[in-house]
Amino acid sequence: MTDATLHIPSDAAPSGEASLRDYWRLLKPRLMSLAIFTALVGLLVAPGDLHPFLAASSILWIAIGAGASGALNMWFDADIDRVMKRTRSRPIPAGRVRPSDALALGLFLSGISVVMLGLTANWVAAFWLAFTIFFYAVIYSMWLKRTTSWNTVIGGLAGAFPPMIGWAAATGGTPFEAWLLVGLIFMWTPPHFWALALFVKLDYHEARIPMLTVTHGRAETRRQTWAWALGLAAVSLVTAFSGLGGPLTLAVVLGLNGIFLRDAYAIFRRSDADSEADGHAAEKRLFKWSLVYLFAHFSVFVLEAILPFGGW
Amino acid sequence: MRVEHEMHIRRRSRNFGVLGVLLAFIVIVFGVTVVKIETGGFSEGFDHVARPALIPAEEASQ
Repeated sequence: MTDATLHIPSDAAPSGEASLRDYWRLLKPRLMSLAIFTALVGLLVAPGDLHPFLAASSILWIAIGAGASGALNMWFDADIDRVMKRTRSRPIPAGRVRPSDALALGLFLSGISVVMLGLTANWVAAFWLAFTIFFYAVIYSMWLKRTTSWNTVIGGLAGAFPPMIGWAAATGGTPFEAWLLVGLIFMWTPPHFWALALFVKLDYHEARIPMLTVTHGRAETRRQTWAWALGLAAVSLVTAFSGLGGPLTLAVVLGLNGIFLRDAYAIFRRSDADSEADGHAAEKRLFKWSLVYLFAHFSVFVLEAILPFGGW
Repeated sequence: MRVEHEMHIRRRSRNFGVLGVLLAFIVIVFGVTVVKIETGGFSEGFDHVARPALIPAEEASQ
């Protein structure tokens, strides 16, 4: 007899042993990559002089904190992940990781990432990382995701904090410019997600998640996409005239928002029948452009900070 | 020939992963400590070390 014979699958235990990749998937690596990129930009554009090793370590702890909140989200959402096609193969619903293991991993990584960020950078950054984890895991995942159609907006706020944490890591403070970075991602998330929701058949209704497309209909989602695109353009223009921006930012921002607004308006003006007729071309175009938009917008802030002719 | 159980292969890869994570953690903590000491970040935390930031401005100029 080997110890393999002691692991007889049952309903209570996962069907297979988790691999390292399963634990990695619990951390939502795609969300982590967004947190790494935006936190790095916040850290680079902030007027601080953090040692490169401390800066790299700080980014790592912010990424691990983001991963921890992902693991806590997967632990709490295991019941709805089991229902939806897109999430059915995640480690917990697929039976490869026990929910209690995911919870333990999430709590452990939350604690260690906050403490290590405090020791590596400062306790202001650590506080905001702890707040972000709490906001995503408790306020969003456990409370508002299942109760209000504002869930996309609220979830977007949780994803918007990393650049401010990066800024706080570099300087120990969170001035107006750091909040502008938060505002930019906050305004960007709803139109980005709703563009996707309008062309991908998401089965949130089967999991009883009150997404805007379900609770208020697709026409209202089109209207909201346009409204939030206008708000995004406004925040974007403010960043261009703030301490983050300069003439280069203004030029880039005008181009980025021009195309974003054109595509969002096209979505607003058309019906579902028009959308079906051309294979959701406008919705797909806005979704793709939203990815370019965020990357280019944040990159130009870095250029503005490092180029000798940058800034106003 | 003895065939290795798939569970053992998974378990070994997981153990090596944990080893890698622990080694990386040691390197990071050591690196942060070295940088903090070099830049004087930690030394001001001890009472027996002079803390220039706490000296009043008039006294410091004398």
